[in-house]
Amino acid sequence: MNIIQAVNDALRIEMERDPTMVILGEDVGKFGGVFRATQGLQEQFGEERVFDTPLAEAGIIGAAIGLALSGLRPVPEIQFADFIYPAFDHIVNEAAKMRYRSGGEFTCPITIRTPYGGGIRGGHYHSQSPEAYFIHTAGLKVVCPSDPYEAKGLLLASIRDENPVIFLEPKRVYRASRGEVPQEDFTIELGKASIAREGSDVTLIAYGSMMHTVLDAAEKAQAEDGISCQVVNLRTLMPFDVRTIVDSVQKTGRVVIVHEAPRSCGFGAELSATINEKALLYLEAPIYRVTGPDTPFPYTLEEEYLPSPKRIRKALRDSMSY
Amino acid sequence: MSQAVYRILRPEGRVEKGEKVPLDDSEKLVDMYRYMLKNRRVDERMTKLQRQGRIGFYIGSVGEEASIIGSVMALQDTDWVVPCYREFGAALVRGFSLYEYCCQLFGNAEDPGKGRQMPNHYGSGKLRFVSISSPVGTQIPQAVGLAMGLKIQGRKEIAIVYFGDGATSQGDFHVAANFAGVYKSPLILLCRNNQWAISVPRERQTASESIAIKAQAYGFEGVGVDGNDVLAVYKTTREAAEKARQGKGPTLIEALTYRQGAHSTSDDPRAYRQDQEVDSWKERDPLRRMRAFLINQDLWSKEKDEQYEKEVGEEIQDALKRAEEVGPPPVESIFEDVYDTVPQHLKEQLEEVREVL
Ligand SMILES: Cc1ncc(C[n+]2csc(CCOP(=O)(O)OP(=O)(O)O)c2C)c(N)n1
Ligand SMILES: [Mg+2]
Repeated sequence: MNIIQAVNDALRIEMERDPTMVILGEDVGKFGGVFRATQGLQEQFGEERVFDTPLAEAGIIGAAIGLALSGLRPVPEIQFADFIYPAFDHIVNEAAKMRYRSGGEFTCPITIRTPYGGGIRGGHYHSQSPEAYFIHTAGLKVVCPSDPYEAKGLLLASIRDENPVIFLEPKRVYRASRGEVPQEDFTIELGKASIAREGSDVTLIAYGSMMHTVLDAAEKAQAEDGISCQVVNLRTLMPFDVRTIVDSVQKTGRVVIVHEAPRSCGFGAELSATINEKALLYLEAPIYRVTGPDTPFPYTLEEEYLPSPKRIRKALRDSMSY
Repeated sequence: MSQAVYRILRPEGRVEKGEKVPLDDSEKLVDMYRYMLKNRRVDERMTKLQRQGRIGFYIGSVGEEASIIGSVMALQDTDWVVPCYREFGAALVRGFSLYEYCCQLFGNAEDPGKGRQMPNHYGSGKLRFVSISSPVGTQIPQAVGLAMGLKIQGRKEIAIVYFGDGATSQGDFHVAANFAGVYKSPLILLCRNNQWAISVPRERQTASESIAIKAQAYGFEGVGVDGNDVLAVYKTTREAAEKARQGKGPTLIEALTYRQGAHSTSDDPRAYRQDQEVDSWKERDPLRRMRAFLINQDLWSKEKDEQYEKEVGEEIQDALKRAEEVGPPPVESIFEDVYDTVPQHLKEQLEEVREVL
């Protein structure tokens, strides 16, 4: 199964289980989404539960908040994360604060699915990784799977969560990442990281599409540089799993953080600060960040822009020889 | 549709009863057709190029050429064009070179945009053709501001902004229309209603009987025009331009046309629409209509077809060949133009990228 199929499977399972779940977004109905993640769902569940909206992200999310107020469980799709900004006000000022501002009288259990990230030759507007804006917003959970198994388990957990969730799908590996996924209904707990690779020299932290680059780098670092990486796959970015990170850092004493979003105020900065607060005395070297540069996402030179196994290995060597 | 749609040329190329050809410059009439044809041949060739894997993406305007060429040709060269992603025809009319266009599609070192944007996203300061971005609708309020600025500065130019039927659902469209009405901006809002926004048909986009009617609520005129009739589009736009230049405010033009092809090379429309619908619109094709008209007027012929097709074919071939030989932009181009000068942290990040190349 690939990630698209896993997302589709999770959506179908939940729609069958929960009659209050609805899907809305641009092209999600008859067409089944431009990436085909909602394929067949309108046919199965009808136009009342899976529907195309007019082309307006603010409308999609504003309406999703209202649908939730009415007692439904909306799972809106934003076609590309790059196009989420017209809905930013509704996400940041409304969905995120609904519970808090009403003292819990009203809540907003919506899960916003959106493909994010580069590597598909999409240029500025089909490649962005906007997770930091949402992680920075209190009241939102931010989830980012890296493979089909996680996509299914985390999506089911997100939809069932009582909070608004931004669910960032790694479109670069939508079809390329394949793996065994249980047929049945299962969830992966939000807020828990996984250890994607055991190791002892350096803690390598990543999430989403970068997991594939990072695992490749870790393998090469082992084979060619003799560096053993313990790879932490965050899965949930907010709230993130401090315990797993700190345990790993206490073991290795070295950290390299990888994300494709730009560096300044990127999520790596928060991870780095947290590690400094919780595990400073275990550190043998400064914490390294391998990230996208602080520039818009370019078209032709995207492979130069994106963190590569080479850049990651350089950071690993720098850390080891510090 | 009950909507009033202005038309001069009937689908078979004859002038409607009671209508007149809106210009007596036969060279310009022929140019209209030549631009439309060139626009189409470029789109066809580039779509093939994408299929061959030589460029990453392409989005064309097959079927919508009259709405684009007719409108831009009704303006002065000093007027401002604020496009979305389907108006290459307007850039052609303005003089954007085919070679630079090809360089943009390849994203190479000679692309005026320095290979930073995906295909079909370009612009030209010199040609007053504003840089294209992908987010649907953002250009509309910007165009209003541009037009307001021209007015504030007492300049004679006006602006035209292009957008699709889907874009009229965005808040940005409504915000823009409201501003344009309030400030009487010298602006033409040209909606290419091609009946589809990817897989979503026009009826699903709005419950209004038309898009043109929306202007009324914002206090200015909205007109519907047959978007496959280049003469009707030309005349309607020329009137709107005169009005704007006289300080009488904006006009919304809804050009009714049809997206004959896929949304882009990433799309497969067979998954959501019927071939019959496409075929019925092909019968009202804008190029066929104008060609028949020109032949009736003795302004065009089979020989001219051959001659011009050959000329365009060679021009495209030559531009492509030269562009394909150009290499990618240098790595430092990632870091330039983020700001007016490259700040220290970006210089350091450039070094990090360079070290591992
Ligand atoms: C804000 C935003 N949302 C979604 C998209 C994805 N998208 C690109 S084009 C398009 C449809 C646009 O339809 P329309 O405005 O009718 O223009 P057309 O493509 O038909 O010319 C969509 C949904 C986008 N580019 N920007
Ligand atoms: Mg359209």
